[in-house]
Amino acid sequence: MFEMIILILDSTVRLSTPLLLACLAGLYSERAGIFDIGLEGKMLGAAFAAGAGAAVTGSAWLGLLCGIAVSIALALVHGFASITNRGNQIVSGVAINFLAMGLTALLGQDWFRQGGQTPPLPTEARFTSLNWPFAETLRDVPIIGGLYSELLSGHNLLVYVAFLMVPFTWWVLFRTRFGLRLRAVGENPAAVDTAGISVTWLRYRAVICTGILCGVAGAYLSTAQSASFIKDMTAGRGFIALAALIFAKWRPVPAMFACLLFGFLDAVAIRLQGQELPGIGEVPVQFFQALPYILTVVLLAGFIGRAIPPKAGGTAYVKERT
Amino acid sequence: MVPAIELRKIDKSFGPVHANKAIDLAVAKGSIHGIVGENGAGKSTLMSILYGFYRADGGDIIVDGNKVEIEDSKTAISHGIGMVHQHFMLVDNFTVLENVILGAEGGSLLGEGVAKARAELKRLEEEYELKVDPDAVVGELPVGLQQRVEILKALFRGADILILDEPTGVLTPAEADHLFRILRVLRDEGKTVLLITHKLREIMAVTDTVSVMRQGAMVATRKTDETSMPELAELMVGRRVLLRVDKKPATPGRTALSVRGLTVRDSRGIDVVKNVGFDLREGEIVGIAGVSGNGQSQLLETLAGIRRAVSGTIEIDGHKVDPTTGTVDPAEMRRLGMGHVPEDRHRMGLVTKFYEYENAILGYHRDPAYGKGAMLDLGAIRETANGEIGKYDIRPPNCQLRTANFSGGNQQKIVLAREIERDPKVLLVGQPTRGVDIGAIEFIHRRIVEMRDAGKAILLVSVELDEIRGLADRVLVMFDGALVGERPPETDESELGLMMAGVNREAAE
Repeated sequence: MFEMIILILDSTVRLSTPLLLACLAGLYSERAGIFDIGLEGKMLGAAFAAGAGAAVTGSAWLGLLCGIAVSIALALVHGFASITNRGNQIVSGVAINFLAMGLTALLGQDWFRQGGQTPPLPTEARFTSLNWPFAETLRDVPIIGGLYSELLSGHNLLVYVAFLMVPFTWWVLFRTRFGLRLRAVGENPAAVDTAGISVTWLRYRAVICTGILCGVAGAYLSTAQSASFIKDMTAGRGFIALAALIFAKWRPVPAMFACLLFGFLDAVAIRLQGQELPGIGEVPVQFFQALPYILTVVLLAGFIGRAIPPKAGGTAYVKERT
Repeated sequence: MVPAIELRKIDKSFGPVHANKAIDLAVAKGSIHGIVGENGAGKSTLMSILYGFYRADGGDIIVDGNKVEIEDSKTAISHGIGMVHQHFMLVDNFTVLENVILGAEGGSLLGEGVAKARAELKRLEEEYELKVDPDAVVGELPVGLQQRVEILKALFRGADILILDEPTGVLTPAEADHLFRILRVLRDEGKTVLLITHKLREIMAVTDTVSVMRQGAMVATRKTDETSMPELAELMVGRRVLLRVDKKPATPGRTALSVRGLTVRDSRGIDVVKNVGFDLREGEIVGIAGVSGNGQSQLLETLAGIRRAVSGTIEIDGHKVDPTTGTVDPAEMRRLGMGHVPEDRHRMGLVTKFYEYENAILGYHRDPAYGKGAMLDLGAIRETANGEIGKYDIRPPNCQLRTANFSGGNQQKIVLAREIERDPKVLLVGQPTRGVDIGAIEFIHRRIVEMRDAGKAILLVSVELDEIRGLADRVLVMFDGALVGERPPETDESELGLMMAGVNREAAE
């Protein structure tokens, strides 16, 4: 029983990682007042670029860089549409999702001719598990051994990066000048402008942060969790991350717990697939897949209070003639 | 002595609008200088240029004897210019301290800067009597304190020249007095203050010198104690205006509107209108005076059928109406003869993206005169609109323009024309001259008095005490949701002011 719990928690961590990266990515953008429904598309684009890059160069690191570059490029498109040209942020985000969905399949087929997949990666072109010291020796110690060897040790580098990004993001938001201005520009860009700070440049920096983190999230999917890019491999994670962001009321630490919760549901769903639950029978896997969304709606409807988004979110800043 | 700030031939156009025409201005160091003018005279544009929000098309800015180029707010700040905007530039969910340091954090990490800022705030607080808790969340502070935060922001950045744009618009009279005290302290400490306003009383109360702007040009500069309100008013509009409204004594007829025991609860469950009762008779104007936010808005909305009451009755022209049920709506109230000029024309009175002629019948669009069934008769609607445009001197006289392209005064005339021309028995008028220039104010006041003389009953809600006293035949004072007393309009202003502040509530009852 204990072993099973450890296993579920272990896969919770793995499944939460891309959610967490994407969720934190969205946090930077949305805190700066740019709604980003295009997390999914950026992640997908990055997953493809990382998979392709790693396959061609044979280096996971170069793959990661490719993923980040593509994701930043897409983020800049979103920025150009919604910051410079003051377009509708939702429309721009949706467009990016479609663009990524279509382009990755098309380019994948054209370049590699494997049905939209990238070639399978050899181990050295992937981010593989890092085993912590004494993981093997401690494995058989009861409780602690399981926790240490399975839960803490044995994940790939990107998992640790994702979880370290939580305190880092908190620190950036609440302890640095950049963070203060970022939060301010999402609430009242006019206040930032009159304080002599460029709203445009600040918001661009925010979407670049989003691009970097989405890039890592995408690379995680294709070069760490799997060994190649598969068509539509993000499978709605960008939207779940968005739900987690709202759930966490745009705060980094709650974002981590929200992502862990959603990752946990995912892990349970996989575990219970095809299994009979005593007294209930077989639960359709779709139920677990829908749970994050149902939870978000239900909890937001009253259990955790109102989630108030950054006040200037979704609106372009126009210097008004008064 | 070198002026703290000097403007030479500042010029600015927005497309075809010449907002500032070769403006010259010199402000002495350590003085409070007022700039008055009607809305749209170009005051705010001029100050925005000074603060680097806009760039001038031509002209020079000289600070402390040195010619400077102000490219953006950042350079303005570096030249010691600070600005308190009409709409506060504050982040509501930040603390006072965070708001103050935004843009002047003193390093890429906050720790050290915050500690320094805290000490500096304490010093400013003591020096200028600007008390405010640095850890309070700004959005939870009353507006008077929020404004103080704005002033602190400017001082924290080392401002020697402080520009205040219509600072009293959101303040109660007591808060405004406090602000003026602060301004005097700032002046005595050697700061230069530029006060932008359209309220002459404030100019007389606090400034040392005053400049008048009209239609983008600077028309006069005076020493405050050598001028007078009538002179300034005349300079502002370019002709003699009547600050008092000429009207004959009222000849009230039978009761047109009777309100009894009206109580209204808002969405928070708080009673915002408490057991209000009064009678309004034909041929009289009853004014409701009160500091904004004491239930006047909710009272008006309930009478207009927009809001439901929890108890009470309304009787309009002999028809009893139960305002506690959902059957009462604005259309029903209109049918019974209730006209309504809402307090906020942008939020409730107009759809500014619509054409003028569409707004001219908004709310009356079901009238068979304007179409059959689902179809509108555009010809008839435009004819109506053009008639009103002529009668109310609405400019530009073109009903096919978007309503947003009309000035505030003309927009208000559109609403007023729509409601008055439907010949209501009772007219509810909320803030008829808010954000309206003096010329239009005169016109609007005259129309309201004419309506009264035609035997209509008018309920006037305004936060401008002058307006209430000038127009109303009887004044009801509202405080904290209740009517606290009735006075004739000649009543001393300070007495009404005290009642509005709830001071002699017991005495009034």
